[in-house]
Amino acid sequence: MSIIVSSISQGILWAILGVALYLTFRILNFADMTVEGSFPLGASTAVAMIADGVNPFLATAASLVVGAAAGLITGLLYTKGKIPILLAGILVMTACLSINLRIMGSANISLLDQKTIFSLSFLNDLPKYFDGVVLGLIVIAIILSFLIWFLQTELGQAFIATGDNKVMAAAFGIKTDRMTIMGLMVSNALIAFGGAVIAQNNGFADINMGIGIIVIALASIIIGEVAFGDLSLNQRLVAVVIGSIIYRLVLLAVLQLGFSTNDLNLISSIILALAMMVPQARKFLKLEKVLHMGGKAND
Amino acid sequence: MTNPVISLKDATVTVPNGTTILNKMNLDIYPEDFITVLGTNGAGKSTLFNVISGDLPLTSGSVFHDGEDITPVPAVKRTSFLARVFQDPKLGTAPRMTVAENLLLAEKRGTRRTLKNRKLTSEKLEHYYELTKTMGNNLEDRLQTATGSLSGGQRQALSFLMATQVKPGLLLLDEHTAALDPKTSDQLMAATNHQVKDNHLTSLMITHNLKDALQYGNRLIVLNAGQIVLDVKDEEKAALTEADLLKYFVH
Repeated sequence: MSIIVSSISQGILWAILGVALYLTFRILNFADMTVEGSFPLGASTAVAMIADGVNPFLATAASLVVGAAAGLITGLLYTKGKIPILLAGILVMTACLSINLRIMGSANISLLDQKTIFSLSFLNDLPKYFDGVVLGLIVIAIILSFLIWFLQTELGQAFIATGDNKVMAAAFGIKTDRMTIMGLMVSNALIAFGGAVIAQNNGFADINMGIGIIVIALASIIIGEVAFGDLSLNQRLVAVVIGSIIYRLVLLAVLQLGFSTNDLNLISSIILALAMMVPQARKFLKLEKVLHMGGKAND
Repeated sequence: MTNPVISLKDATVTVPNGTTILNKMNLDIYPEDFITVLGTNGAGKSTLFNVISGDLPLTSGSVFHDGEDITPVPAVKRTSFLARVFQDPKLGTAPRMTVAENLLLAEKRGTRRTLKNRKLTSEKLEHYYELTKTMGNNLEDRLQTATGSLSGGQRQALSFLMATQVKPGLLLLDEHTAALDPKTSDQLMAATNHQVKDNHLTSLMITHNLKDALQYGNRLIVLNAGQIVLDVKDEEKAALTEADLLKYFVH
């Protein structure tokens, strides 16, 4: 039972990343590699500050700032420097490796015996792993409320329009470069924040903790979409959270089959690839059915 | 004499390989002018539009708006007085946003967008219902539909409404009916003519359809090799025939 609760708790905490990546991957329509750098950047910033005795809430808030800074740099490289977005993200991600080492001073820092945001007394009264579920739900509820509010503002609508149709957005006076930079900043701020929260949940920050996280974030988005189909934008954000939990449960099931944690990245990639092929598979199966019926196809 | 809304003075555009696409063009667009723009491919019609919209910088010469030199003003700032409908139905609307959301977005053309709620109220929806009904193609029943699933004709009608719902100082119609089937095209052309006249819009319309060019508008210009080779209005325009026009289509 407790491993299932643990998986659900992981699913909720990692949903922060899925929701954050949604802003760039689905709304702005590109894959932002910066996240593999901003995630450990947020983690190392928060953990290093906590290890130095800074209030854990303040340290967690600081991760938002450094994440936004990483997003700003990617945004400037892309919009003003005209570097393709994939490369701009990879550049910042790679640069973050050095920055993170500078921040932490070593390849990893432990939070053993340090106060973290999980040290709140009401969380400690909960059964094992429920602290992650409860705090995760609070955090994700705040983030979702913020995004749902923001996307319904005039500015939020201009942001959506930029991702949807840049030419049209510009023709109506929307500063598309600014919208793109803003999206990257908010997205990476949230990713870094997720890094800070997850590092505190794990009890340490590690220089390599960003490897493969874009796949995990994408998996929660895609699984949410595949599982729920046609939804409104607000519902889609909630679906990402559920997708993230489903992903963790699938992962748990696979590990129960006897795979080791060393296989995690391989398994993550396979899960994502399979989820992304579901629409094609559906199309294929439907086609088969039509052929067997020998009747006329209609759409 | 009224002052022109937009004036081009010796507007010249030369591309890096040395070709001149716009050659010292002078054009005054007066309030409530509905100008049809004709010319062969490469005559400079699209360049003319891009120069007015600010998407393409002039190599030399200047652009004036209400007497003010706007040559250095970027495209995004010019949207406060300028609206445009593109030829490609895909370019004019945001496909994943609904018809109502697109209209709402267009209402803020050229103004600052803030963190205020977008306010898609039921009064707004009613207003949009009436507005879209004027296009006569059932757009009013699809206000809550993503524009990506509209027909090309509905999309162009929506693009047109989006461009005109906040009255622009100048409306640029870039072959906006060319991608549609003949019947839908005629329908949109008639609706366009209606709206331009009823709302006293000033507009410039590129077309390859000689019939449309003769039938609509009060003024007609023909471009060739980056220059205006014919500029007629009112009775003079009314007296033109397709045969007359073809004489100007020389390469």
